[in-house]
Amino acid sequence: MGKKLLVSVVGVLVLVAGVGPAPAWAQKGPIKIGYQGPMTGPAAAVGKDMANGLKMYLDEVGHQIAGRKVELIVEDNQGQPDLALTKLRKLVESDKVHVMAGGLFAHIGYALAPKVDEYKVPMLYPVMAADDLTQRKPAKWVVRTGWTGSQPSHPFGEWVFKTLGYKKVVVIGMDYAFGWEVVGGFQKSFEEAGGQVIQKLWPPLNTADFAPYLAQIRKDADAVFALMVAVSSLRFPKQYQDAGLKARFPLIGGGTTFDEFVLPSLGDEAIGGISPLIYSAALDTPVNKRFVKEYRAKFGKVPSYYSETYYTAGRWINEAAKAIGGNVEDNERFLAALRKVEITDAPRGPIKLDAYGNPIQNIYIRKVEKKDGELWNTVIQTFPAVSQFWKYKPDEFLKQPVYSRDFPPCKYC
Amino acid sequence: MEFWVIQTFNGVSYGALLFLLAGGLSLIFGMMRIVNMTHGSYYLLGGYVGLTVIWGTGNFVLAILAGALVIALVGLGEYNTFLKRLSGQELGQVLTTMGFALIFQDLGLVIWGGEPYTIRTPAALSGSYQLGELYFPVYRVFIVMVAAAVAVVLWLVLERTRVGAMIRATVDDAEMARGVGINVPRISMGVFALGAFLAATAGVVAGGFVGVYPGADFEILPYAFVVVIVGGMGSLKGALIGSLMVGLLDNFGKAFFPELSYFTLFAPMAAILAIRPTGLFGRA
Repeated sequence: MGKKLLVSVVGVLVLVAGVGPAPAWAQKGPIKIGYQGPMTGPAAAVGKDMANGLKMYLDEVGHQIAGRKVELIVEDNQGQPDLALTKLRKLVESDKVHVMAGGLFAHIGYALAPKVDEYKVPMLYPVMAADDLTQRKPAKWVVRTGWTGSQPSHPFGEWVFKTLGYKKVVVIGMDYAFGWEVVGGFQKSFEEAGGQVIQKLWPPLNTADFAPYLAQIRKDADAVFALMVAVSSLRFPKQYQDAGLKARFPLIGGGTTFDEFVLPSLGDEAIGGISPLIYSAALDTPVNKRFVKEYRAKFGKVPSYYSETYYTAGRWINEAAKAIGGNVEDNERFLAALRKVEITDAPRGPIKLDAYGNPIQNIYIRKVEKKDGELWNTVIQTFPAVSQFWKYKPDEFLKQPVYSRDFPPCKYC
Repeated sequence: MEFWVIQTFNGVSYGALLFLLAGGLSLIFGMMRIVNMTHGSYYLLGGYVGLTVIWGTGNFVLAILAGALVIALVGLGEYNTFLKRLSGQELGQVLTTMGFALIFQDLGLVIWGGEPYTIRTPAALSGSYQLGELYFPVYRVFIVMVAAAVAVVLWLVLERTRVGAMIRATVDDAEMARGVGINVPRISMGVFALGAFLAATAGVVAGGFVGVYPGADFEILPYAFVVVIVGGMGSLKGALIGSLMVGLLDNFGKAFFPELSYFTLFAPMAAILAIRPTGLFGRA
């Protein structure tokens, strides 16, 4: 009897609490997060990794952020700038999202930024690495939680010259903003250290057959620096090897060339590839090991840097929303809170934004190795807390034009 | 010198792939006057079927055969149930094949998902042959050999057999062929299935070096049409020369003017159309 009474009392209390004055947010419904990325098309594998990373974080927090329910709206932009703009409009105007996270290709990042500023809805760029968005053309409402294309390349260029001892390098990069920026950063620091970029080849994005470019590679090179993304990363290493080049010119490159999303589909042709990036699934920290283990259990594959950055983007939104008591409708305060977020224990390591709004974070130099029959990016060197300007003074660095097809000019070609 | 040899070889091997793809399209075009927009889908679906077979059995030859046969049946079904009824109605046929292309595209997404894959090729086909300073990827040599074998067999069948004679007669004048007792609908059906068979073969073979991925269907289709238009409809010789020309143009265009790679491909097509509207070897 006593037990029953106790149960009823508790029940009444719960009921009373339920009908009592509810906090303001309760009437506002869920926090809506809009995601867009290439879910179909040549970059779909990457788009899925990104969405999975974000979903995994939201699952972990039970789809509750700052006491409010969270609703994630996923849109497919097929990696096309025009479609990306349409989806942006849809997410803001008809879904009325409070915050967005999305995008893969840097040129889409440039295309979306002015529109995001117009809508005044904060958008996280966990991947789109377009340099100028945190350099010469800052966008107020874009919060970059990822990186700039040239950020890992800066320490890498000098390291390649000093540690690997390569003097002459041929670069082959995808012909668009991200490719130019990754290659540009490498060329700048590699040549300042004493190296020479002796040839630059620019195949268009999504090139299927690299043969016309591979046949042109100069034979006096010490190594080849390749910047591939998405489906090109899948094709390039094998074609490079089949053309008889791997044995003659070691392959180094931008981080996306050997990203984890593509490693399971590659064979021995990728072994030995060296590249810098803000993440490696092989990072030997407890946080990352747990992340990799749980991601694998959930999605049946090793997380890529795309998964990690979107996972961390979910956390980023959570931290900012908590800081303002869940009142994400106050977009100005929400934006300010997003810019103040500092995470010390992300899978990739500590992250905080610099004065220009780009993360200061570790850069890892990774080498593709085979362990237990799987390919991994073993970390062979860590550069802690690297900013987008690396060792350069920001105001001096910003005086040079943004990296492009022709900047830095190819002095030794 | 080395540059020219390697680039020519690259162009020829890419042309060989295009020949596999476009040979059948040319015959379909010439015989039935069907502008077959589904041709790219046969290429893509063939690749996917081959991929599934590779995953299941690891046998590359079986993957090619299975991909080609399954897609030949798919093509046969499409022709028998829909296109045959629209015989002579060109607009209706184009729209039907276009509709099928879109359906197949979504079907591919539903079954195989949006991720790109590569078809793992046997170890014997990787690496390269070395001749002095020149390196020739084994896989590209293999593509050239497959295309050459297909070309020889097709030529023998077309020129030396009774069926071949019936096909040629139908391409030249379907009405007269019918008049002399050739079973034109059956011949057409066979040629349509053959076209699908070859396109799917190209899809599996291409899967070994550019991969199998959504969008490959509409990416490759313009190339197939350029080959047919340049070479002339319904001509095997035209398809062969057209494929080599397009392969070489595409390759050298990309090597010399990477920014203009579509221009270097389509400008010659426009020029040929202006001078010879029927293509190099086509008959009006």
